[in-house]
This record gives sequence, C-alpha cells and structure tokens, in this order.
Amino acid sequence: MELFESLIVILLGSVLVNNYVLAQFMGICPFLGVSKKLDQATGMGIAVTAVMLLATAVTWPIQYFLLDKVGLGYMQTIVFILVIASLVQMLELLLKKFSPALHKGLGVYLPLITTNCAVLGVAINNIDEGYTFLESMVNSLGVGLGFLLAMVLFSGLRSRIDESKVPKPFRGLAVTLIAASFISLAFMGFAGIVDALFA
Amino acid sequence: MKNNSNLSVLLKGILKENPVFVLILGTCPTLAMTKNVGDAFGMGLAALAVLLCSNILVSLLRKVIPDTVRIPCYIVIIASFVTIVQMIVKAFLPELDENLGVFLPLITVNCIILGRAEMFAGKNSVGKSALDGIGMGLGFTLALVLMSTVREVLGNASFAGHAIAFLEPYKIKFMVEAPGGMLVYGCLIALVYVITKGKAPLKKSFSCAGCPNAANCHTACTELPAESGEKGDA
Repeated sequence: MELFESLIVILLGSVLVNNYVLAQFMGICPFLGVSKKLDQATGMGIAVTAVMLLATAVTWPIQYFLLDKVGLGYMQTIVFILVIASLVQMLELLLKKFSPALHKGLGVYLPLITTNCAVLGVAINNIDEGYTFLESMVNSLGVGLGFLLAMVLFSGLRSRIDESKVPKPFRGLAVTLIAASFISLAFMGFAGIVDALFA
Repeated sequence: MKNNSNLSVLLKGILKENPVFVLILGTCPTLAMTKNVGDAFGMGLAALAVLLCSNILVSLLRKVIPDTVRIPCYIVIIASFVTIVQMIVKAFLPELDENLGVFLPLITVNCIILGRAEMFAGKNSVGKSALDGIGMGLGFTLALVLMSTVREVLGNASFAGHAIAFLEPYKIKFMVEAPGGMLVYGCLIALVYVITKGKAPLKKSFSCAGCPNAANCHTACTELPAESGEKGDA
C-alpha cells in the first residue's frame, strides 16, 4: 500500500504540480509549435508520452547497469542523447514498415521529439532523483500525461485566440506566450495538492 | 545575412538575428533560467562556450562529415562539449551547477546550438563560424540577462542579489514563478517587434514550417500542414 501511495504521489506530482511544460519549462517548442489544432496536439502528446516511457525503460538500466558499473557516469549526457535519438529513429522506421496507419497518426511527430528537451530531461531527472525503475516509469508516464494535458488545454485556448483581434506587435508568438502564461498561472493552484493527499 | 563582412557576422546575433527574440530558438532555458540575473548570466556563458566550441569544430569538420549523417555527428560534437562544460562548472562553480540543475546537460538539445551548426557553421569558414558563435552566444546571454532583470526587479525587488529597497513593498510575486516568465517573454518579443519596426525576420507564427531546424525533420514538416501560411503575413 505504501508503494502504491508513493507511486500515486509521483504520478500526480508530475502531471499537475511539476508539469514539465507549464512549471518546469521543458518541451516548450512542440508545446507552442504543434498546439494549433486539437488532433495534432493530441497526437504529439501521445507520441511524447510513448517516447518518454521507452526512453526511460532504456536509459535507466544503461545508467545503473552499464555507466555506473564501469565508472563512466559523466558520459550520461552523450550516451542518453545518442540512445534516445537512435531509439526514436528506429521506432519511426518500424512503425513505417509494420503499421503505416499508426505511422500516419503518430509517426510524423517522432523526428520532432528527438531533440525535445523534455525527453532527455525526464531521463536525466529520473537518475538525479534516485528513483527506482518502477518509480522512474511512473514518473515518465506522469510527465507524458502532463504534457498531453497541457497540449490539449492549450489547443482549445489557441483556437479562440485565432478568432480574436490582437494588436499588431503581439500577433503570433507573443500573444501565444501570454496565453500560455495564464494556463501556467492556473496550474500554480495545484501546488501543495499532492502533499495533502495522504496527510 | 547578405552582408558577410566579419563585423556584421558578429553583430547580427545581438539584435538583428537575436536567437531568443527574433529567431525564437532556445525557448526552454530562456524561460526557466531567468528567475535571477546571476543564473541567467551563467546559463548564457555556458551556452556561449558550447556554441563557440561546437561552431569551430563543426566548421573544421564540414568537409569530412558526410551530408547524410551530419545531424547525429553534430549532436555528438555538441554533447561532448556540453559534458566538458558541465564538468568545469561542477568543479569550479558548484553553486551555479546546483541552480542550473538539469538545464546544464539540456544545453545539448538547445536548438540555438544545433540550429547554428546546421545553418551557419556547416557552410562557412572557421573564422566566420567562431565569430557567429560568439555573436549568437552574446545575443543569447544579453537576452537572458535582460529578461531576468525584468523578472528579478519586478518579482523579487532585487538586481543580481542586491535588494532594491524602495521596490520592496511592490513585489509582484508571480514574476519569478513560471507564469511570469512566459508573460515577460511574450511582452519582450512584442517590444523587439516595435523596436525593429517589424523589419527583423521575426517569425510571426511559431510552427514547424518556420523552424530553422526544419531540415532535420523534414518528414514531419512536410506532412504537417504548414501552419505559418494560414494567417498570411499579417
């Protein structure tokens, strides 16, 4: 039960309180770039979640069973980025070959994710926080879901912005960022909610 | 970019093609590391060092690296320099290392650096690439310092750690929190647009098609509908 509670705390913490996009500022590029339409935002969110889970499943064992064993902990950044990049490439090739339908839906987002700092960020954070493998996977799932949530919420907001009259200097990215700031303000309200959950 | 004299290569990064406010690259560290001036300055210099080294090496190797695998090569070069910078910062500035946290290794995926390798260093001579690296790095640092000044003064009533007494009762707390970052960034982009009178090649719409790294992921960019064209050049 205790394990379950701690996992729930990690999950909710990474979805709501420490939302990577709105509180930690990781993965801002796809958040601003691909959030114009709901279907694209959802596709991107799901693809990011999948890649995060996969990346964690691979990088966690590499760190603990390979790098730490041979004292190469400082190679973390290089190894992780290479592993994640090749993983994403392979995933795209496999999807293209075996499931063209899925590739059409999600595959197009995959190359965009390779250099997404949220994916590398979650892999490094899992190690820095000293999470176990299970905790790392749950954390990655939470981060991915938090990303999806932020994307979906934000795409709704953006469709409203498109229909409104914005002063010229603010058109485009400026007003988008200010709108993102308001969503982020709303998410600040979640701070503290997780600590009180099992208190 | 038409005028290729050395001085203009150096200076264009500072305002005309400022990576943060005009090219809109490297948004993540810009938003995350501008809570106070000290961290912003440290982040800017770390990125400047990586950018300078990677630009030089990419430019040196531009005839050796085969075109098809250039992106993975660039990433390895950048990641190596990030690791070196990371070790130096850890050894000599442990406090900065703690404040920058995960964003120090994340310089690897900062699109300014890959973007400059792809757009400039891969095509230009070593000297020019070094100048470009310094210019872009300075532009990045200046933008970060400017933004963190606004945030720290308004949100924390201090500048680089020194308290500003008369502002003390008027702290706007949320400026140093996450939402303040996005708000200030949005306003500064609008301000740069006004200053440059819309002449800078400011990306009005942030989308895949306008991304300087578009060539890295062309499948995605061609298959996603071009979003930038929708509103025209309003």
